[in-house]
Amino acid sequence: MIWRTVRRIMREPLGAIGLTLVTVVELSAVFASGLTSYAPSKISPAERFASPSLLHLLGTDHLGRDLLTRVLYGGRVALLIALGATAVSLVVGVVLGLIAGYGPRWLDNVLLLIFDAVKSFPTVMLALTLVTLFGPSLYAVVLVVMLVNVPGYARIIRTQTLVLKSAEHVMAARSMGASAGRILRVHILPNIIGPILILISMDIPVVVAIEAGMSFLGLGVRPPTPSWGAILNDGFANIRDSYWIVIAGGLPIVLTTLGFTFFGETLRDLFDPRLKGRS
Amino acid sequence: MTVLEVKNLSVAFHTESGPLEALKQVSFSVPANRSVGVVGESGCGKSTLINAILGLLADNGEITSGEIIFEGDKDLARLDPTAMRGLRGLRIATVFQDPMGALNPVLSVGRQMRDIQYRSNLSKRDKDARSVAMLRKVRIPDPESRLTQFPHEFSGGMKQRIAIAMALMMEPALLIADEPTTALDATLEVATIELLKDLQRDIGCSVLFISHHLGVIAELCDEMIVMYAGEVVESGTTREIFHDARHPYTQKLLACDPARLSQRVARLPTIAGTLPDLRRRPSGCVFQPRCDRADAQCLTPPPSAVLGGSHIAHCWHADIPLGAMNA
Ligand SMILES: Nc1ncnc2c1ncn2[C@@H]1O[C@H](COP(=O)(O)OP(=O)(O)O)[C@@H](O)[C@H]1O
Ligand code: SF4
Ligand SMILES: [Mg+2]
Repeated sequence: MIWRTVRRIMREPLGAIGLTLVTVVELSAVFASGLTSYAPSKISPAERFASPSLLHLLGTDHLGRDLLTRVLYGGRVALLIALGATAVSLVVGVVLGLIAGYGPRWLDNVLLLIFDAVKSFPTVMLALTLVTLFGPSLYAVVLVVMLVNVPGYARIIRTQTLVLKSAEHVMAARSMGASAGRILRVHILPNIIGPILILISMDIPVVVAIEAGMSFLGLGVRPPTPSWGAILNDGFANIRDSYWIVIAGGLPIVLTTLGFTFFGETLRDLFDPRLKGRS
Repeated sequence: MTVLEVKNLSVAFHTESGPLEALKQVSFSVPANRSVGVVGESGCGKSTLINAILGLLADNGEITSGEIIFEGDKDLARLDPTAMRGLRGLRIATVFQDPMGALNPVLSVGRQMRDIQYRSNLSKRDKDARSVAMLRKVRIPDPESRLTQFPHEFSGGMKQRIAIAMALMMEPALLIADEPTTALDATLEVATIELLKDLQRDIGCSVLFISHHLGVIAELCDEMIVMYAGEVVESGTTREIFHDARHPYTQKLLACDPARLSQRVARLPTIAGTLPDLRRRPSGCVFQPRCDRADAQCLTPPPSAVLGGSHIAHCWHADIPLGAMNA
């Protein structure tokens, strides 16, 4: 099953590029410590602003830290946040969506109102507000990602639940004594989760961008924890004489974003052409 | 013994233009080990009747009066939802019309059949063995290997038989079938009816069978009720009704095309006129606007004429037999 899927994806040019990029990014994040002999936060004043060389493939930053090492470890942070925050958003979105779609009408109305209110709040304002409240941290990033994603996920799940609620097999299950929880778990969720996962895989680049953006602005993970956004920020500060720092920070963001986007779009087109044009 | 006894059941739906009385004073009973057929044109309240029995009326529906006595001691019209849910699937099982949609498309048939036994504490293995036995009973060839297959890998007739197998899994006292053969072609329909007959005998359950097909009812059911606009207009044994229908509505249905009735007609014969608006019922006999025999008397509610045995017709002029109609 998985291999058949992989083969189908690899047959599409965009899919092949996407899957390859995603795999490379994932593997290099997982095996970061094996791929470099430097420590990510090790400062060596003697090697400040070293341009790319065999010793430092991507050069070093203003504290003499090896940029390749920081990029690899930064990938860990980026992916952990992207996958973790997306997973949490998914769980919360699914629960709220199922409740809104299957629960009583008044609860549905209340939840819809909340989804719309949260959704109408601009992301940057949201980020600034949360950071003011909780200080810049990983949790602030996760919270922003959740507030951005959950309303959309919940709405999709709600709509699908409403449709399936009156499906023949759900009526049949009800007539055979299945409880609400059982119907949601066995007869509704498995029927909607596939397309949802595809849509959500296309959201991962957005989350990577949110993390990078917040770290760039100093609102995200705190130094010395490596982050692509923070590297990018360092790079802009020193762009005149050390161009390579910007490249080291920017390239992984671009490649990861492209990789997940191509991958997600290919999955969507292959498995659920109905979703085409939505995101 | 009586498995189900419905007494003076009335159901209303609250609509924007006022209450809609979908069932009015419906009474009938289903004896143990018997099949009772329900006929009536679309919109006459057959599904509402089933949903009221199952406790699954739409949110805007309400039982306004009457009782639904199940197995002698439980009034389903007043049972609390948890107890009602406990009966569904265990003591009362249901098969619906559309065999295509009745199964969950993303779960294997084996998984669904195991899932429906969630109340039993058998091991997974024993549950699967029961599923296989049940599939064999409904004549699915090679059931072991088909457990892992998904609904789309089965034909329509097979899907309907799987739905029947799932309904009968827990050996219920009452099987409710809502037009279970309407979506099947004639050959499959015969096979399904034969199968239902055998299974009923085998398990020893009662069947409440809703159908458009007079021919199917004649074949399968011991007794029948004829519904019109949410009311029972005639009831009795299938024999009594097919041979000596007394309500003008029943007579019209039977007279429509006798030749086609003995064959299988996919739809109930159509008769002139339409159902009345159930929000504004005629004050006298509900069939009066469409009845050839209507007279001044029919502007007051008709009595229930007892015609011997269990045969009852709700009509002022129930004394005129079918043959005399055109004479
Ligand atoms: N939820 C509902 N709200 C309002 N009216 C309904 C509802 N469900 C059914 N009805 C009405 O009740 C009547 C009986 O419907 P139904 O029981 O579905 O008939 P049948 O199954 O015999 O075709 C119809 O007039 C229908 O329009
Ligand atoms: S009571 Fe009158 S109107 Fe009603 S069915 Fe009988 S004859 Fe027709
Ligand atoms: Mg119906």
